[in-house]
Amino acid sequence: MQASEIHEIVGAQFGDAILEFKGDAVDPFIVLTAQRILDVALFLRGDERLQFGSLMCLSGADYNDGTLGVVYHVDSMSLGHKIVLKVRVPKDNPHVPSVESVWKTANWHEREAYDLIGVVFDGHPDLRRILLPDDWEGHPLRKDYKVPEFYNGMKVPY
Amino acid sequence: MESIQAILNNPYVFAALMALAPLLWILPYALFAIWFERKVSAHMQDRLGPMRTGGWHGWSQSIADLVKLLLKEDLIPAKSKHGLFMLAPYVVFVGSYAAYAVIPFTSAYVGSEINVGIFYFVAVSSLVVVGILMGAWSSNNKWSLFGAMRSAAQIVSYEIPGTLAILAVVMVVGSLSLQDIVRAQEGWFWNWFVFGKFPFLFIAFLIYFLCSLAEVNRTPFDIPEAESELVAGYHTEYSGMRFAMFYLAEYANMFAVSAVAVTLFFGGWQSPFGTFLSGPAWGVFWFLSKGMGFIFLQMWLRWTLPRLRVDQLMYVNWKVLMPFAFVNIIFVGLWMMIAQ
Amino acid sequence: MSEIRTEDMVINMGPQHPSTHGVLRLALTLNGEIVEDVVPHIGYLHRCFEKHCEAMTNYQQVVPYTDRMDYLTSMNNNFPWVLAIEKLLKIEVPERVAYIRVIMAELNRIASHLVAIGTYGNDIGATTPFLFCFRDREKILDLFEKTCGARLLYNYMRVGGLSHDLHKGFAEEARQFIKEFRPTIKELNGLLSYNKIFIERTARVGILPADVAINWGVTGPILRASGVKWDLRKNDTYSLYDRFQFDIPVGTDDVGVIGDCWNRYMLRMREMEESLKIIAQALDTLPEGDVKAAIPKRIRPDPGEVYVRTESPKGELGFYVISDGSATPFRVKARAPSFCNLGALPEFSRGVMVADLIANLGSIDIVLGEVDR
Repeated sequence: MQASEIHEIVGAQFGDAILEFKGDAVDPFIVLTAQRILDVALFLRGDERLQFGSLMCLSGADYNDGTLGVVYHVDSMSLGHKIVLKVRVPKDNPHVPSVESVWKTANWHEREAYDLIGVVFDGHPDLRRILLPDDWEGHPLRKDYKVPEFYNGMKVPY
Repeated sequence: MESIQAILNNPYVFAALMALAPLLWILPYALFAIWFERKVSAHMQDRLGPMRTGGWHGWSQSIADLVKLLLKEDLIPAKSKHGLFMLAPYVVFVGSYAAYAVIPFTSAYVGSEINVGIFYFVAVSSLVVVGILMGAWSSNNKWSLFGAMRSAAQIVSYEIPGTLAILAVVMVVGSLSLQDIVRAQEGWFWNWFVFGKFPFLFIAFLIYFLCSLAEVNRTPFDIPEAESELVAGYHTEYSGMRFAMFYLAEYANMFAVSAVAVTLFFGGWQSPFGTFLSGPAWGVFWFLSKGMGFIFLQMWLRWTLPRLRVDQLMYVNWKVLMPFAFVNIIFVGLWMMIAQ
Repeated sequence: MSEIRTEDMVINMGPQHPSTHGVLRLALTLNGEIVEDVVPHIGYLHRCFEKHCEAMTNYQQVVPYTDRMDYLTSMNNNFPWVLAIEKLLKIEVPERVAYIRVIMAELNRIASHLVAIGTYGNDIGATTPFLFCFRDREKILDLFEKTCGARLLYNYMRVGGLSHDLHKGFAEEARQFIKEFRPTIKELNGLLSYNKIFIERTARVGILPADVAINWGVTGPILRASGVKWDLRKNDTYSLYDRFQFDIPVGTDDVGVIGDCWNRYMLRMREMEESLKIIAQALDTLPEGDVKAAIPKRIRPDPGEVYVRTESPKGELGFYVISDGSATPFRVKARAPSFCNLGALPEFSRGVMVADLIANLGSIDIVLGEVDR
């Protein structure tokens, strides 16, 4: 199924949630309002025509314009099509509903995005840091991140 | 000269010398067996193993290792029970060494010619478990304790079919003395119990051999020290000489169970060819070479087979070996009645 | 006698443990030998791959960093990176380059599977297969070394080309390897795969149903062992994989049940044979040409983003790259297969025995370099 058809199906259901659709990009994507992502995800997985059963990749990103983003690459193993979903949230209040209940893959990926970018996933069952130590301060992949001088008394930059 | 004679005549000195005699074999044997195991495993795995130390095929590798272990710092975990922790390796070694008291190396030498030899062997080799539990519990490490619990369960369970298999031989011979058992297998090798009285004693041998593997924690029954599961099992926290004691005890134990297998089923110190090359001196030769044959067999199995899981291990013991051992004993008894 | 009180024991498996294949910590809750719960703690080997990428001054400079993700399959790690950037730049690579990439990736797949199989045998307690596997892996590494000079971290693929052409005589040596390796698979099957104890230990252990696997994002041999015929080389084909004839093995129920440890193990054995087929075909049709001509001098992709995924030996390895038009990647996210596969471990490891947990963990075939990046 082509991206535009997927967009139509999603648009019919969640027309108000879609902010942008770009079908001619290398990977076509749909930009959604952050608060609706969980509903859309449930729809994508459950709809007979779409059957987006697996989440390939979930990435956080700092767009360096005061917003953070979360990018969902989803595909359907049964139907063989894929689509990219994006949401954006302001940096000072980065709350996105968790899609862990839809795709378990998101469990660790959301923890990673929280760890490195600082997006807070509401409804995640176990939102802890995953790659960095629990007492690390800051989120290193943010563009304004400053490497700390010391960590637990150890000098960081060398 | 006379004074030396007098000292030797002193029964206590004589007893002490007799007691130390097996050490003359165990220490060089352990060094050899460790080197040999490395070579055996290496050649089975397309490698060469140690090749440098000492020149010819790295023959002195074990000696170098021993020196290293002697010089190594003796680490004792701060939160361990120090006394027990330090004592445990020696208890384990005493358990396996005490078994040598009744092993007839040749017709002329056995540490203690007691008439319940095999019974003593079965009883005293269980002492190893005490040492293992002691060392594991006192080292205050969960993995060690894990290994020790497995070890205790395994050794205690496998003693039962093992002893039942031994019982079959005892029934045939009518004596618990190991020397009597060896003498009952006189003549050519087809008189050995493993071939004679076929198939009952052959089955008994198989059962005993499997149980002996379990008793010395060798593959496929090496779950107490399963490296990939429990790091190193009960001796995780040991280092240096204390670790070497565990190692020594393990190899001493391997030979002890092999020696008993040889004694019970393979004619002990008897020559395979009747009176050809027999006599006390040749007896030692035959006994040790048969024993080393078993050591090689144990190594062969270790480097070929994977490891069983703990419940499968118990399954093999209670549901396979035990019934077979019992039925075997019944048949040996019936056969004895018919034969007489 | 008073009531006997028991309580669960919480124990750390790792970060230093022989069977965690690196610095992984599993917090186990044990009831005797039974594993009540597993909580993986990762990050001990985090080397800031994504942060590093944002500090590079050239897209080519990222290639050696991808090497170090899954250090057993560096060729397969280079592959999606160069594909992603080529897709972003919209350039085509010469045919010979594509062929060599496929050959190298498949050879590396065999090398990776050999390590997986060998260490798995080691986990189950059989040491010898491990060394047999390493003996054969050595031959592949020799081939790599002759071509690109490195034995582990090849840094071989470039955006638009390769760092070196194949060395003289590569084709003959590779054919020789294929000839020698086919009997080895039989030998391994005899020594380990159909060993009674090995089957007892792995068959019907750690069963992962297909729907759970998909939901957890499990990919690669583990997913296929659960009975899902899903291989990106066929299902979302890339590079030249649509030109070659090969099968996708899936889990069977002739020895164990679909989705158990034995199937995950055996699938890798079968995949090695398929890889041999691909290599043999590619060697026969390998065209002549230059492997460096198409390497762009400056890489400045137009602003945009791309997600490219390939079938690495561990599963779906993807790179999500955002370009802002400069010579530095704006954001790189690596979707590492081991990361996702490890996440599903607790799902099929609750209620098994400690020894089975080791079997489960080994059958996932994680490489911590990739999990932690």
